[in-house]
Amino acid sequence: MKLSQLVATTALLLMNAASHANNDITAPTSDFSKAEAYEKYPGGAATHRKKINRDVFSQASANMPFEREINFKVGNGFFKRMWVSAPSSTQAADGLGPIYNARSCQRCHLKDGRGHPPNGPEDNAVSMFLRLSIPPQNEQQRRQLNEHRANVIPEPTYGGQLQDFAIQGHKAEGRMHIEYQEIPVKLAGGGTVSLRKPSYAVKDLGYGPLHPQTMLSPRVAPQMIGLGLLEAVDEKDILARADPEDQDGDGISGRPNWVWSAANNKPMLGRFGLKAGAPSVDEQSQGAFAGDIGISVPLHPDGAGECTPRQKACKQAPTGNSPQFDNLEAHKKVTDLVAFYSRNLAVPARRKHDAKAVLNGKRLFYQSGCIGCHTPKHVTRTLPERPEQSHQLIWPYTDMLLHDMGEGLADHRPEGEANGREWRTAPLWGVGLTPVVSEHSYYLHDGRARNLLEAILWHAGEAQQARDKVAGMSKAERQDLLLFIESL
Amino acid sequence: MKKILLSLIAGLALSAQALAVPNEKAVLNHYADLAHAIYQDSLSTAQTLQRAVNQLIAKPTEKNLAAARAAWKAARAPYQQTEAYRFGNAIVDDWEGKVNAWPLDEGLIDYVAASYGGESDENPYYTANVIASKKLVLSGRAIDTSRITKDLLAKTLHEVDGIEANVATGYHAIEFLLWGQDLNGTGPGAGNRPASDFNARSCSWGNCGRRAAYLKTVTDLLVDELNWMTAQWTKGGAARQGLLQGDPKQGISTIITGMGSLSYGELAGERMKLGLMLHDPEEEHDCFSDNTHWSHYYDALGIRNVYTGTYTRVDGRKMTGPSVAELVAAKDAGIDKALRTHLDATMVKMRVLVDSAEKNGIAYDQLIGEGNKAGNAKVMAAIDALLVQTRSIEKAVNTLQLTPISFEGSDSLDAPGKVWQ
Repeated sequence: MKLSQLVATTALLLMNAASHANNDITAPTSDFSKAEAYEKYPGGAATHRKKINRDVFSQASANMPFEREINFKVGNGFFKRMWVSAPSSTQAADGLGPIYNARSCQRCHLKDGRGHPPNGPEDNAVSMFLRLSIPPQNEQQRRQLNEHRANVIPEPTYGGQLQDFAIQGHKAEGRMHIEYQEIPVKLAGGGTVSLRKPSYAVKDLGYGPLHPQTMLSPRVAPQMIGLGLLEAVDEKDILARADPEDQDGDGISGRPNWVWSAANNKPMLGRFGLKAGAPSVDEQSQGAFAGDIGISVPLHPDGAGECTPRQKACKQAPTGNSPQFDNLEAHKKVTDLVAFYSRNLAVPARRKHDAKAVLNGKRLFYQSGCIGCHTPKHVTRTLPERPEQSHQLIWPYTDMLLHDMGEGLADHRPEGEANGREWRTAPLWGVGLTPVVSEHSYYLHDGRARNLLEAILWHAGEAQQARDKVAGMSKAERQDLLLFIESL
Repeated sequence: MKKILLSLIAGLALSAQALAVPNEKAVLNHYADLAHAIYQDSLSTAQTLQRAVNQLIAKPTEKNLAAARAAWKAARAPYQQTEAYRFGNAIVDDWEGKVNAWPLDEGLIDYVAASYGGESDENPYYTANVIASKKLVLSGRAIDTSRITKDLLAKTLHEVDGIEANVATGYHAIEFLLWGQDLNGTGPGAGNRPASDFNARSCSWGNCGRRAAYLKTVTDLLVDELNWMTAQWTKGGAARQGLLQGDPKQGISTIITGMGSLSYGELAGERMKLGLMLHDPEEEHDCFSDNTHWSHYYDALGIRNVYTGTYTRVDGRKMTGPSVAELVAAKDAGIDKALRTHLDATMVKMRVLVDSAEKNGIAYDQLIGEGNKAGNAKVMAAIDALLVQTRSIEKAVNTLQLTPISFEGSDSLDAPGKVWQ
């Protein structure tokens, strides 16, 4: 047993004695005079307390036994690994593309942090891409969606996302084009904030025109911390917070996404991705292998990656599927290691969580209704083979449900149960460290917000009331609120 | 009642024994003394390397290049032994990327073979070749690289754009400049850069003056960094203070964390198993010089050093003193004996890798080659030995009943019950 595991054990013993009281433990506090016990450690015993530097999102769960660190490190090796096109001398790491968005996981999840929109027309948008789909065209497609067998109907030629790179001899699918328009927003206590409203288009199409009804959804790579803990929250606890018809009349619905699990061959609760389109860390990461890098994996065995039958040359290109690796480019051992790594990227301990201004900001956050979606606490389940994530009190500030975020943020592209205005509540832990890790402060699904205040001001729909309260705060109050969010 | 009596007796026995056991403070002090000596040796061998590099630049002969390479290899021996300090001591972990970052995209620094590929979306600086470029555009910003300075390498280029493979400083950058790319794959042979690469008058591959400037600057930087780290372990130094000021038990945890995390995650995992799974020489730690066998050997030796409180200096002097081993032995002699046995067994398996390279001429990158069953098995045997050793380290942690370092001093432990009421 490793040192920090003792804490987990201690906590476990206590928890077992009081497990019936879970609801009380996770109830939001109404006492803001001092910090709550444990709140400094948002990831429970998995929280790390390493130095705050650019690597602060790349640390392993602190309660991981030494013996399991090998899986974390080797998983990290594959996460950083640059894939090459097939055939190559390194059979264990070839099969890139033929079309792709990046050659490695790390390229978009830089330092395991948040991606960003391109810094200008010269910048290759490699930590952001466009998802593509069309409305159902026939009964069969409608049934697929209704039965949750597919989240979307892919664009017939380009598939489910736009790959802006291709291996030698093949054409890239196209280039994402963004234009911004500045919109001034007035705040109480004087002052104006300018929000930049993006519009998206695809240029330099490599395979002919897009379907006329194509829907685009821009996505930046999200931060990677705490994913295993979110996966370990009991489905029942998430569903208990859902209120699809808003029966409590608080203006906030909260809907679960139900998405197809290829691993379990049935619809499951969606948890990951900006619209909760993936049911598990493993399925999300295997999807990214196939879609983003063009690497075949157990759940997506086609060596041609995201090529569609209409992209003939791409479909026929040599693949890296190797018989000694289960006829895959990344076999199960590799995807298991990457999933293990992804699950165990630890949440850093909070900074200044008990400072007076931070506690005042916390009060404002709670009392403004932000916690209606940004649920402070959960207790995780006990999972076999996952001691790091088991039975921890965690503070992610998300309910993992879908909410209507209004017209401004709408992408008008449904995904599973999520409609074109809904997004999954983003976890807020670690959000304040974005500038440290990623040297930028671009937030929201497409990085349009240039700081936390802009991100808050984009909130509308179910979050309109809470957003208006923030806009109506005094300057000093708003400052405290932001200090609290930065301390998470 | 019986149980209480028993534990009372156990308690008495322990305190009686405690007289013969070194106190934790003494162990920590000696651990810091060892650190100071190992960093000092790393520094002095780096200074020798610095002189050899200056000599090479002044007179770029094959003989001087060979001398610089030998000095680099000699400098690695003490440095790798410092790595047992890295994972426990935050000050070291925070710093080490400046001197030992790996793997690196060498195309950022200098010319590479055509087979390296000209373009990689993965990393726009993959073939930036600073030595050949007086101007670079980084993330849309134009950077003046006309003068190769310490600031340019350490602050602007190192890890540019957050890409860890953009390594511009440290041992491996120097290694690449002294050896060049190893183009032999998993076949025999290391990098084979000619000395004329540094000769302004009969220059091979162009930009010999800038290449020499890069080599000199990056070597000077290494010496600066090692100077700094050595100072952190002197009497008033921050690293020593950080260790000695806190709860002594926490300090002991620091030592063991360093041993455990280096053993299995870092060494067995990232540096050995990954390369073995991929059969890829690019995943070899000292890939330009083919010095990986020594690199791994001295990592393992460093782990044994900090446990047993011993270190043999580069001049041959032996240091010994109060050790974690004695603390463990006082509680459970069997656990201590097992751990020592396992540490020794690892050294035997590491020696096999060294002998393969030094005596049989089969380097580490050949051992991990696809289809080399016997070679793969040798590497796997070392990984397995590290696993056994790691399990033993976990047992030592239990034996010492160490308080959890990461949560020490938090209110969660002071009053844990309150949270759950």
